[in-house]
Amino acid sequence: MKRMLACAALALAAGAAQAQTTPPDELVKQVMLDIQRIIVEDKDLQSGDRAKTIRLIEDKALPYFNYVGMTALAVGVHWRKATAEQKKRLAEEFRTLLVRTYASSLSAFGDQKFEFRPLRMKPEDTDVTVQVRVLQPGSQPVIVEYDMEKTPGGWKCYDVRVAGISLVVNYRTEFGNLVRDKGIDGLIGALATKNKSLAAAEPKQ
Amino acid sequence: MSARALILVLALAGAGCASTPSDARDPLEGVNRAVFAFNDKTDEMVLRPAARLYRNVTPQGLRDAVRNFFSNIDDLFIGANNLLQGKLETAVNDWLRFAFNTTFGLLGIHDWASDMGLEKHNEDFGQTLGSWGVGDGMYLVLPLLGPSTLRDTAALPVDWAGDPLSGHTPVDERNALTATRVVGRRADLLGASRTLEEAALDRYVFLREAYLQQRRSQIHDGRPPRERPPAD
Repeated sequence: MKRMLACAALALAAGAAQAQTTPPDELVKQVMLDIQRIIVEDKDLQSGDRAKTIRLIEDKALPYFNYVGMTALAVGVHWRKATAEQKKRLAEEFRTLLVRTYASSLSAFGDQKFEFRPLRMKPEDTDVTVQVRVLQPGSQPVIVEYDMEKTPGGWKCYDVRVAGISLVVNYRTEFGNLVRDKGIDGLIGALATKNKSLAAAEPKQ
Repeated sequence: MSARALILVLALAGAGCASTPSDARDPLEGVNRAVFAFNDKTDEMVLRPAARLYRNVTPQGLRDAVRNFFSNIDDLFIGANNLLQGKLETAVNDWLRFAFNTTFGLLGIHDWASDMGLEKHNEDFGQTLGSWGVGDGMYLVLPLLGPSTLRDTAALPVDWAGDPLSGHTPVDERNALTATRVVGRRADLLGASRTLEEAALDRYVFLREAYLQQRRSQIHDGRPPRERPPAD
């Protein structure tokens, strides 16, 4: 009996560990196919219902992004100079902008074909790049890469590259210019203004 | 270049001197921004409406056929560039694509080569120069053509010479084909340009960074050497 209990406990523990550390390539595949399935089954999402798309991303994709880490990388050298409050606001505004941008590119998601390649990684790796190829007729496949790091809460994405264009690197120069001209509060203000204008433009779409 | 165009460029250059460039890769930022604004206006008034109209009046199947047709004739020169870069196997792949799609794919309107595993590539002479070790040079925004670099601009005459359309006669037909190609390409990018509009705080900077990053990736065929600043 004692032995059986021990076995059960072990199995439970193993199960918990398993759930926590879905391999990064499996995780990306699950999340992308899950989102695609939902879009294919939902007419509102296909016709570009923005509010619903944003909710979908927040529920299904955002938990797997380390958006504070993304913000830190995008802000770059200036991150260290920011106060805790400024960091919090920067991350919140950047998160909102990313979700909206993601949402505007998602309506095309429904009829795309993905090609997932198994990732060659060592068990001790904590920082990997997962590659997905998006196939479309008459064009070179678009390669989307997710830079992922292992965290206590499972693998999290901290940068996305589409056709070699890194989201984080792309924002770094913009953010750097704004901080240089207007300081960190200026950057927060610019992000907030941008998000407000996007939210205001929504009903028209 | 006509005298009028030269005057325009000089006037723009004069306008550009007012602002101080902030980026070492973009010493002509003032001029570039002026050309960018001009391109943007042209896009808004001419190209984008034409692309929207094209998208609204044509069925998806026809647009795919048009895209495949132009993509197919590009494969010849793409293969030549791969050969110049020493990638013989890839060059053969590109020419097999052309041979196969031109015949069985009915003049290229079907891309059956891709279905058979002959993958499409993206090459141009700017990338070939890059693979030979020629650096970007300064960033440039070309009138109507958009983002470029000194290297990619210098490579353009070779790209034009390698474009099967540029030698095509009669000229009326060539112009019609060129217009179709340009409008078709713009239509494919309607979604992307909206995303750019929404994502960017400063669209000029956003597009510049994206272009420079993308070219770097293309030159290394999607596998650029990894460069990541240390995380804080």
